[in-house]
Amino acid sequence: MSETLIEIKNLTKNFSVNKKILHAVDDVSLSIEKGCIFGIVGESGCGKTTLGQCIMRLLDVTKGDIVFNGKNMTHLNQRQMKEYRQYMQMVFQNPYSSFNPKMTIGQALREVCTVYKISKGDADEKIKKLLQYVGLNDDVLPRHVSELSGGQLQRLAIARALIPDPHFIMADEPTSSLDVSIQAQILNLIMDLREKLGLTMMFISHELTVVEHICDVVAVMYLGRIVEMAPTEKLFSEVLHPYSKALISAKPKDDPSQNIERIILEGDVPDAMDLPNGCRFSPRCPNYQKGVCDGKEPQLHEVSPGHFVSCHLIN
Amino acid sequence: MDNILSVKDLKIDVISERGVVHAVRGVTFDLRQTEIHGFVGESGCGKTMTAKSILRLHDEEKSLSSGEILYNGMDILSLKKKELREIRGSEIAMIFQDPMQSLNPLLTIGEQITEMLRFHEKLNKKDAYIKAISLLEDVGIKPAKSRFKQYPFEFSGGMLQRIMIAIAISCDPKILIADEPTTALDVTIQAQILQLLKKLNKEKGMTIYIITHNFGVVAEICDRVSVMYAGKIVETGDVGQIFKNPCHPYTKSLLESIPKSGYHGQTLQSIPGSPPQLFEEMTGCPFAPRCSYANKLCYEKEPLAAESEKDHFYTCHYNL
Repeated sequence: MSETLIEIKNLTKNFSVNKKILHAVDDVSLSIEKGCIFGIVGESGCGKTTLGQCIMRLLDVTKGDIVFNGKNMTHLNQRQMKEYRQYMQMVFQNPYSSFNPKMTIGQALREVCTVYKISKGDADEKIKKLLQYVGLNDDVLPRHVSELSGGQLQRLAIARALIPDPHFIMADEPTSSLDVSIQAQILNLIMDLREKLGLTMMFISHELTVVEHICDVVAVMYLGRIVEMAPTEKLFSEVLHPYSKALISAKPKDDPSQNIERIILEGDVPDAMDLPNGCRFSPRCPNYQKGVCDGKEPQLHEVSPGHFVSCHLIN
Repeated sequence: MDNILSVKDLKIDVISERGVVHAVRGVTFDLRQTEIHGFVGESGCGKTMTAKSILRLHDEEKSLSSGEILYNGMDILSLKKKELREIRGSEIAMIFQDPMQSLNPLLTIGEQITEMLRFHEKLNKKDAYIKAISLLEDVGIKPAKSRFKQYPFEFSGGMLQRIMIAIAISCDPKILIADEPTTALDVTIQAQILQLLKKLNKEKGMTIYIITHNFGVVAEICDRVSVMYAGKIVETGDVGQIFKNPCHPYTKSLLESIPKSGYHGQTLQSIPGSPPQLFEEMTGCPFAPRCSYANKLCYEKEPLAAESEKDHFYTCHYNL
């Protein structure tokens, strides 16, 4: 029985925009087991990046709790958070803007060692070992960002995240700006590191094919809420929520001879500041039932072991 | 089927800060009437540069081009600016990756659609308005009359791309060039846009030349596909042939490196190293340094195109 590393309880993050409230993340609860790669998938504006930043305490939450390894970190100030940062590291989408362009890679990595009080001797050894892990040579150390490719930089971002021996890595769209063959290299690296180091990870992405391949559990977000959550294979083979269905059906084909029944949603995602009454997916939902869907907001409930859905019409 | 566009031995060198980049190194292909032809490849392969050069939208002051781009009996590369302007938009139109960057933020979208109609079709204000409304409805922008008066910032990415498509098709071009039209869009919106492009191809017989790095998009709408690497086409065939029987090692590796359903957690095929930077002249096959089958011949001699099955060509010394 695996232990829970991270528990998120009723997390809510609101932003105030021009006197209105933007409900970026609304009452999200989930738990991540040790060694799990937990996927969060959804389209622009669903709140997945904001959720990631809240969990990493890069943003203060409006309501709810973040519990890491049994410790409630929700209201720790930045000074107090310092002690925990070594256990939780982050990899971002754009590898080109993840490093200071004025520093060499060597300087950037050594700076992290200094922050975590790793002695110079140990630092050099650690950096050498991590470069090997991520499949790079020492010759990247004297180089600057402009001299390296996206794939190399993303490997370095992962190496950097591993310096303090973290328990958890938050990866926000780590392969979205990479070419397909480079993406394959990075995904293989992530899977390998999980095997070797027992890392726990949250993988935020809008790329369904990637999430299906690499994640153990997937949560689908829409307008700030989780609409469905299940172990990966279950989600993709027994998908229940109408939004998740449409999302999965919209995945481009694996090959041209496939016949996919496309559920094409009408219109665009509505304004997050102007939410409809009841279920926020109701304006676009093909199963919309007046009187049911426009009343109360549906809650996430378990319909089969480990499979959660938020819909009034699904039991 | 007749060819509507023929590109012959196109070469484009671009002067950059770090030297001359041989961005396109001898590209030859034909576009067939009414087909949807995908150009697929990774960053730096030359697919965007090739597409832009068809309408001479590449930076001509910083580049040197040679070869021919034949359309309607003319070589586009040797047209005068005035003649080029007549073709752009009315015969051959183009849409780009980021619609927010393609539209003028200070003009309403109505003004931007009617501008095309008044310039090319010489319509008066009233007729241009009527046609613009009908175009907006065709691409699914409703209510068209009120949206006509709105500015680009009032629309989402998916809607802007539809508006771009409306502008592009307003003068009934014969060819639509779409450069990564759905890359910046969410997957559900991508599905809508691809469906729209398929509809336009079927209903108007418009040839579509689509550039993408996403094989899923290719599988979705293309009839034929050309794979580019290091400034050249390495394989061309109809979409079924390319997926079922990829011949060039690069195409094979690329298809195998894409995560697919049913292989959860398995190591993905990846191609070691990265694409060449194209500053230097290359001898031999440009893919040799990364190819698991490469041998001495591959490094010395550039392979010529071979035909594997009808209309399926690839450039490799070997039949693997």
